[in-house]
Amino acid sequence: MSIIETNNLTKKFNGLVAVDNVNFEVEEGEIFGFLGPNGAGKTTTIKMLITLLRPTSGTARVAGFDIVKERNRVRECIGVVFQEPALDTELTGRENLDFHARMYGLSRVEREKRIVDVLQLVDLTDKADVLVKNYSGGMKRRLEIARGLMHYPKVLFLDEPTLGLDAQTRNAIWRYIKRLNKEEGTTIFLTTHYMEEADYLSDRAAIIDHGRLLVVDKPEGLKNRVGKDLINLKCSNMRNLKKILEKEEWVENVKIVDSSLLLSVKHGEEKIPHIIEIAQSTGIKITSIDLHKPTLDDVFLYYTGRRIREQETERTIAARFRRH
Amino acid sequence: MVLIKKSELQAIYIMWIRQLKRFVRAKSRIISTIIQPLFFLVFLGLVLNNMIKLPASSGNLQFLDFFAPGIIAMGIMFSSMMAGVSVLWDRQFGFLQEVLVAPVSRFSIVIGRTAGGSTTALIQGFIMLIIAMAVGFKISSFSGLLLGIVFMILMAFIAVGFGLALSSIMKDFQGFQLIMNLILMPAIFLSTAFFPVEYYPSFLKILVYINPITYCIDGLRNSLTLLSGYPYIILPVSLDLLISIVVCIAMMGIGSYLFSKSEV
Repeated sequence: MSIIETNNLTKKFNGLVAVDNVNFEVEEGEIFGFLGPNGAGKTTTIKMLITLLRPTSGTARVAGFDIVKERNRVRECIGVVFQEPALDTELTGRENLDFHARMYGLSRVEREKRIVDVLQLVDLTDKADVLVKNYSGGMKRRLEIARGLMHYPKVLFLDEPTLGLDAQTRNAIWRYIKRLNKEEGTTIFLTTHYMEEADYLSDRAAIIDHGRLLVVDKPEGLKNRVGKDLINLKCSNMRNLKKILEKEEWVENVKIVDSSLLLSVKHGEEKIPHIIEIAQSTGIKITSIDLHKPTLDDVFLYYTGRRIREQETERTIAARFRRH
Repeated sequence: MVLIKKSELQAIYIMWIRQLKRFVRAKSRIISTIIQPLFFLVFLGLVLNNMIKLPASSGNLQFLDFFAPGIIAMGIMFSSMMAGVSVLWDRQFGFLQEVLVAPVSRFSIVIGRTAGGSTTALIQGFIMLIIAMAVGFKISSFSGLLLGIVFMILMAFIAVGFGLALSSIMKDFQGFQLIMNLILMPAIFLSTAFFPVEYYPSFLKILVYINPITYCIDGLRNSLTLLSGYPYIILPVSLDLLISIVVCIAMMGIGSYLFSKSEV
């Protein structure tokens, strides 16, 4: 049985479509990744699923309850870790967990036992009585994950769980997410714009762009759609080379992306000499060539013609300028 | 009347406890909220007390007996309005989302907020009352004190409701200072907190009379100095009470309506 099921879920803000007729299902017990660039509609989708935003049209069921008509029932079944920290920094870690437990109506016995359990799960037992304002960014995240689990939710929603964390902390958070999925059997719905994260964590991933769901599959399956190997080359006359290569039967797909040519092939290492030969015989100069296994970024590129990474840097720089 | 579930009571309780903990831990805030009225009472109150002689009919009462309830009321209202507005802080720091996504009704959230905010405001009110008594303010009777506490609670609720409404309309801190200066300060100045209504010029008198806070302060003054023949009382205490209750219900209603309507 699927634990999340959306039905043409749509959200418009002043006529702008943020989420556009999205349909997907999440199976009980899996880690489901929602991958897309900033502004793709990930957070809006999560906010609708956790009942903080009302859909403009369409609806969804979470743990069997309708997100519009049965808000309180949905709220009882879910845990949420928001994109921005949502802790009371004037309270200690333990007090934050206690606050949460009482808001969800846990009994005293349940509360005391559960606080010990979840603190242990994220290795914060010895920091439990420190004020949260003295926590590091990674510790805050871990505490929030622990808090999301306090009331035994059926689904845990994680909105960009490792945003702004350094690589080491990120790896630790990934370990905790895997662990709680395995040990507690909690279904996890996570959004991210880091493809490594979606790749490493998700059992299945959905790619979303401009509010539209493009494709849902296992990360392996997604990458297989792009091809076995990808060859990226820069040369003098790209259009000509593209035309020639398109006729070769071993070339599965060829595209011009930015200032380079992208080919999907099988056994790429054997094809490189071949490509160089073809280029030389037609007088085209190859300036660089590389071979790599497809990543989810290549999958995104395949479906949208753009890379997630480039957009991210542009956006962050733009955002930085805006702030000043 | 809908019965409140046990789990809702627990949620209200923990929201109340949270605000008390935050209050006790923010030492600088406690000090500043006590220092300001202390300065008003001592530097302003004691000097005015020597300067202003009351009519002979007022017996052994002095100007401080008029002034102190006004200052206490001002302190309570400022503090509880800040508690209502602190929803803005929670919104800014993301904590509001944690509260809103919990399976707790919006009504209980408003009740928890109000309980927390008015409790801390009343604690400050009592500290000010003790300071006032230390510098010479006299409470007429124990029953007068009890009635005074009722007025203090009503004032706190009104101000929390006002703060909640403000924080639901405003999405950030911009304009907050403006609202403070443009609404709260005039409302206090035009409420007989500092001066008897007799001394306002006639065009301001109208504003004093239509200002609901006037009657809360009049009621507090009335009850703390009850039956001791104090001049400058506007209405009988029962009418003050009636007006204050009506304003309180209206303000709380507006505050919780706007809060429940606002999205994250």
